[in-house]
Amino acid sequence: MKEIALHLLDIVQNSVTAGAGHVNITFDLGADGMLSMTVEDDGRGMSKEFVQSVQSPFVTTRSTRKVGLGIPLLMQNAMLSGGDVHIDSEQGKGTTITARFGTRSIDCLPLGDLASTMASIVMGSPDKPEFSLTCRSPKGEMSFSTEEIRPVLEGVSLAEPGVVQWIKESLEEEITPILGGIMQ
Amino acid sequence: MKSLAELEAIRKATLSRINVRKEEKGETTRVVVGMATCGIAAGARPVMLAFVDEIQKRQLQHVTVSQTGCVGMCRLEPMVDVYVPGQEKVTYVHVKPEMVPRIVAEHVVNGRPVEEYTIGAADNN
Repeated sequence: MKEIALHLLDIVQNSVTAGAGHVNITFDLGADGMLSMTVEDDGRGMSKEFVQSVQSPFVTTRSTRKVGLGIPLLMQNAMLSGGDVHIDSEQGKGTTITARFGTRSIDCLPLGDLASTMASIVMGSPDKPEFSLTCRSPKGEMSFSTEEIRPVLEGVSLAEPGVVQWIKESLEEEITPILGGIMQ
Repeated sequence: MKSLAELEAIRKATLSRINVRKEEKGETTRVVVGMATCGIAAGARPVMLAFVDEIQKRQLQHVTVSQTGCVGMCRLEPMVDVYVPGQEKVTYVHVKPEMVPRIVAEHVVNGRPVEEYTIGAADNN
């Protein structure tokens, strides 16, 4: 992956597949340059044994073939920058995955186009789950949620091209002042 | 910030398009983009958003863009399947955002697949 935002697009799919009703995404950039990306869902969760094994590329829930690279690739890139990945999960309750990146490391990926990623995520699962995004840094904070805009749309799908473009453009405007320094 | 009022306007515009879609009862063309780990890593996200842009720009009523997982040919990603009603499915491989306007114009709108971008052409090389 070339961007942290692409890792997000990839691992959010795990929450969707787990049948989550809500997926809360948080980016928190500290004054020390550490960026933590948290994806919290209320999907079906994983057993302790599965959480242990999910770091292996040879473990996956899909039945078509026996490799799953999403989490191993995320771990590799987090660790290269001096960060780490932590997975907290309980069966029947949900999963929280936190990846930390040292954004001052020469080996750290750029955050990338987070607005495009959110637009793609919402477009891929327009009805369920509800997604929220919060971005925080010493420069400020923004938040967005599909629950906020659903009433305005009155039944028009979030996957309609015009709506997808609105999400992308409005998030771009809001995210840039807060996380602009690490986007490229 | 882009306002919710703007979103409301988009809702109204979209709603009238949806009504046209229902009245005309035309069959829908589907554009399906591979968005598993392999597709994303190969650059599927800008490709998918390029289709959304192009469809919005041309105000196409009977076209939907959706996502799918990995179909096992990761080396050919980003892959896009186009289903035009009454025609066979066409699979495009190694798709780049620059290729999207041509696929939409020639295939989605005019029903003539862009042969040189298809999986068949890729296999002959």
